[in-house]
This record gives sequence, C-alpha cells and structure tokens, in this order.
Amino acid sequence: MKILVCITHVPDTTSKIQFTADNTKFDTTGVQFIIGPYDDYALARAVELRDQTSGKLTVLNVGESETEPTLRKALAIGADEAIRVNASPKDSFFVAEQIAHYAKEGGYDLILMGRESIDFNGGMVHGMVGEILGIPSFSPVMKLDLDGTSVTMSREIEGGKEVVEASLPLIAGCQEPIAEWKIPNMRGIMSARTKPLNVVEPVSEETQAVAVKYELPPAKGAVKLIDKDNVSELVKLLKNEAKVL
Amino acid sequence: MSVLVYIEHAEGKVKKTSLEAVSFANALAVKTGEGDVVALALGSIDQAELAAVGKAGAVKVLQVSDARLDAGVIQAHATAVAQAFEKAGASTVVLAKSSLGDAVAARLSIKIKAGLVSNVVELPNTDGGYLVKRSIYTGKAFAETSLTTVNKILAVKKNAVDLKTDGGDAAVEALEVSIPDSDFASKIVSTERATGEVLLPEADIVVSGGRGMKGPENWGMIEDLAKTLGAATGCSKPVSDMGWRPHHEHVGQTGVKVAPSLYIAIGISGAIQHLAGVNSSKCIVVINKDPEAPFFKAADYGIVGDAFEVVPKLNEALKAEL
Repeated sequence: MKILVCITHVPDTTSKIQFTADNTKFDTTGVQFIIGPYDDYALARAVELRDQTSGKLTVLNVGESETEPTLRKALAIGADEAIRVNASPKDSFFVAEQIAHYAKEGGYDLILMGRESIDFNGGMVHGMVGEILGIPSFSPVMKLDLDGTSVTMSREIEGGKEVVEASLPLIAGCQEPIAEWKIPNMRGIMSARTKPLNVVEPVSEETQAVAVKYELPPAKGAVKLIDKDNVSELVKLLKNEAKVL
Repeated sequence: MSVLVYIEHAEGKVKKTSLEAVSFANALAVKTGEGDVVALALGSIDQAELAAVGKAGAVKVLQVSDARLDAGVIQAHATAVAQAFEKAGASTVVLAKSSLGDAVAARLSIKIKAGLVSNVVELPNTDGGYLVKRSIYTGKAFAETSLTTVNKILAVKKNAVDLKTDGGDAAVEALEVSIPDSDFASKIVSTERATGEVLLPEADIVVSGGRGMKGPENWGMIEDLAKTLGAATGCSKPVSDMGWRPHHEHVGQTGVKVAPSLYIAIGISGAIQHLAGVNSSKCIVVINKDPEAPFFKAADYGIVGDAFEVVPKLNEALKAEL
C-alpha cells in the first residue's frame, strides 16, 4: 500500500495577515509557518493507515526551499520519505498538475490532503488531481476506513454527512475528526533528519488564476455596548440601525 | 454565448445559495454581454420549482431528470455539467460554494479547461482583463485574481450579490446527457441531514454558544432564541470537541465558515480561530460576562452580562418585537 499525503506550508492560524510591496506580496515578517491544519489531519490518518497496512507513506509539498522544515516535520510525524517540487505554488491548477504528475509516477493507491489550504482556501486541488488522474475524489472527508481495496468514508455535507463507499485508488481532502493530530516525538525528530527528501523540478508552468493583488477588509468600528438590563434597546438597534431583523 | 449556473436542490427546493448564484450570473451577463443565463438542475425536482428560478434571473433551466443524480455523486455531476456546458454553448459556469459545488467545480475545471476562482465575493472587474475578487486567509483578506483562460468557473460566496426576485418564469427544458457507469462506481450508501431546521452554512441568522454555556443541558435557551429568530445554531470548537454539540455545528477556522446577516455569540470568548469562521458576517452581537473577552473587539453590538440572565430576556424582547 503506497500512500501520498500532500501538505501545504502556511502561516500559523494566529498570524497577523499583512501585505508588502504595494499589496502584491504576503508579509512574512514575524510569521511562523506550519503544516496546514487540514493537511495535518490527513497526515495523521495516513500514518495510521500506513501502520495498518505495513505500507509506505510519502509526503509532498510544492514549494521553494523554505518549506523544507515543514516537510521535515511531516517526516518526524511519521512519513517515510518526502518530495519537494521546487516551485512557488502559483495557483490551484499549477499545484494540481505537479501533484498529478508525481502521483502518477509514484503509483500511489491513496492520496490524501487537507480539504483546503488555510491561506487561499480554494479547496480545489484534490478534485483537479482526481480528474487529471481519472480517479474518484472526495472532500471534505471526516472519516476514512480501509478494508483491502474497499474504502468507506464519511463526507460532510451542509447540516450533516453522507457515507460513501469507493475503491482504491482514490483521492480525499480531509478534515477533523478523521484522526487526532500527531505531535512528533524525539525519536521521530531524530529519524526525520536522515529520511530521504527528494527535490524535483516542476513539470509544467501553466497557470490559470493567479492572485495579483491583496487587500485587507475595512477596519471594524468600535463595539456599541448595551446595558444588560435594557435588552430591548439591542432589539431596536438590530432592527432600525443594523437592519438585520 | 451564455452563462451556465449549476444549481443544487434539497427536499424539493432549490437552495437559496444557488438562487444567489443565478442572480450573480444575471448581473455578470449584463456586465459582460455574455448572453442568457441558463441554469442546470440535476436529478428529480418539480418543474414549477425550477420555473421559479427565473425570478432570480435565469431565462432557461436545463433539467437532467436522471434519478441516479438525486444523490450528489461527484464524478457523475461533473460529467453532466461538462456536457451541459458544451450543449448550452456557455463560456462561464457560476455556482454557489458548497460541499458538493466545490467538489464538482474542481473536476469540471479540468474537463472544460476552465480557470477556477472560489470564494468569489463580488462581480469581476473586466476593464482590460478579468480580475476576480475572492476571500482568502479565511476571511481575513481579499485577493484580486487574474483569470486568463477562455472558459471560466466562479464559485460564489454567500451574500456576494443581492438576490434578484423580479425576473419572470424560466422555460424548463429536458436535457439528455450520457454519463459512463464508471462515474457511478462510488456509492453514497446513507445520508444524515438535520431536517426541517435551518442549515448552518446557509443561514441568514446564526446563534452560537461557547464554553460559557457550562454544559450541553443548557442549550435549550440557545435553541429557543434561534427558533424565535428563524436562525441556525452553531458552537465554538471546544464545545464540539467536548461532544456537547455535533461537529457540523462547529463554527471557525477548521469548522463551518458562516456569512450570515446576523451572528449572535453567547459565552464565546472569541479566539482568533473562531473569528476566522464568522468574520464575513454582516452584523455581530456578542453576549459575554467577561468585559475583556476579545470577541467584543470584533463585534458591532455587545452586552456584558451573564448569558443565563440576558439570553431569556433577549428572547422575550425579540418575541414582543417580531
């Protein structure tokens, strides 16, 4: 059983979002980068499935050299080897093409990633890879169990979930509670240093939808406080001032 | 040329978010001169309900009444939309961002070689290019995205445009598509959906509770308030982690992102990860006994007070007013 987990290298969820260079670049000053939280769930489940099947787990990131510590962390969590596609992730299509190429080359049975990256929130890469490879894609997946080549998943839908049965190979975009995040232990951290991290070159440069400029939402005005013994005042404000009732 | 809108329906009704997508497409077609807005409905749904899609701005609805499409089988839906796209001679597909819509749009983008932008918050700027504004960093910023393909897909975020209601009835036409059996190889074996309630991701008003509610047994007052307002109920991450409420009610960075007109947060301190899920709300009300709760900084209106005292009073005041 060969499993591929694709991870993103994204600002920590508590990061202050700011831009530089005339609002064309993300400001990385003081920002700590992490494995995307959804990718972290996918990775945690993949480690369990690798152990269950005595398989091999590869982790992949499309990014420049600064993402290597993030890949090393994934190795410390339990991946067996890492691939870095040496390119800045320009848009979803660009990333999907790289992943599809190296996934095909590696002949993986199962490809997991987060439901979306927490920077661009597109949530499109898994579906694009699935279509390029001609295999089924599912997202957002909250539970994934393997029995031979049969896969049972629970997929979140608005206000509930559906249970899906499918066969390998397939690709899934994951979210909680598919598995508990795994924190690397000392042995994992030590062994990660010597696990293979292969750098490969992008196979295509084509893009379709590139972000060219950023902006922050307008600043929020001060909160209007209402006395707790005068709640009817709040009702009036919601009705007449905010006009939301 | 035309703009094709992939519409979703549940329990015999076209989803409101899909109607918003139709209105978005209508405004887009007016702006770009792309011709008619054609909606596409997959599966069994009443023709009169489909004709009403015209009010939101479609002139025609194509219906593929193949009962196998009643369930949201992702691959089969993507194939059906791709074929409708060719038959309608469309250049742009508009759809509402949703669990199924996202999954279908991604596959469709490869099938029809279309650039895809998700979380679209307003009509594109077409002065000398095609720039689409989308929400990024979970609502904490926006990006202008340059779409450079001939075919385009826009997955629209809730409240991106006002819902149009003054259109006429749409003509409903049957559409035949041929979907390979392999697209149905994955089976949806069961569906669990909260029925008869307002669904959280689509709700116009959301009432959420946090750890300040002290336990699941106290959710009655949250539910009562939600009922008065016709609102959906949500919760913070600790609350769903502790199993007080189901996971699909978790609002936040790694849970459901909501964009209601009114968000009422009760006993939620306002961690940055929770705020990420609600910052697209039009108006935020915070009720918390701790005046230092960070949520007050993100709120429009606030009441510093004990939820157990304030919420029932607020419910009574609302009942008197509504």
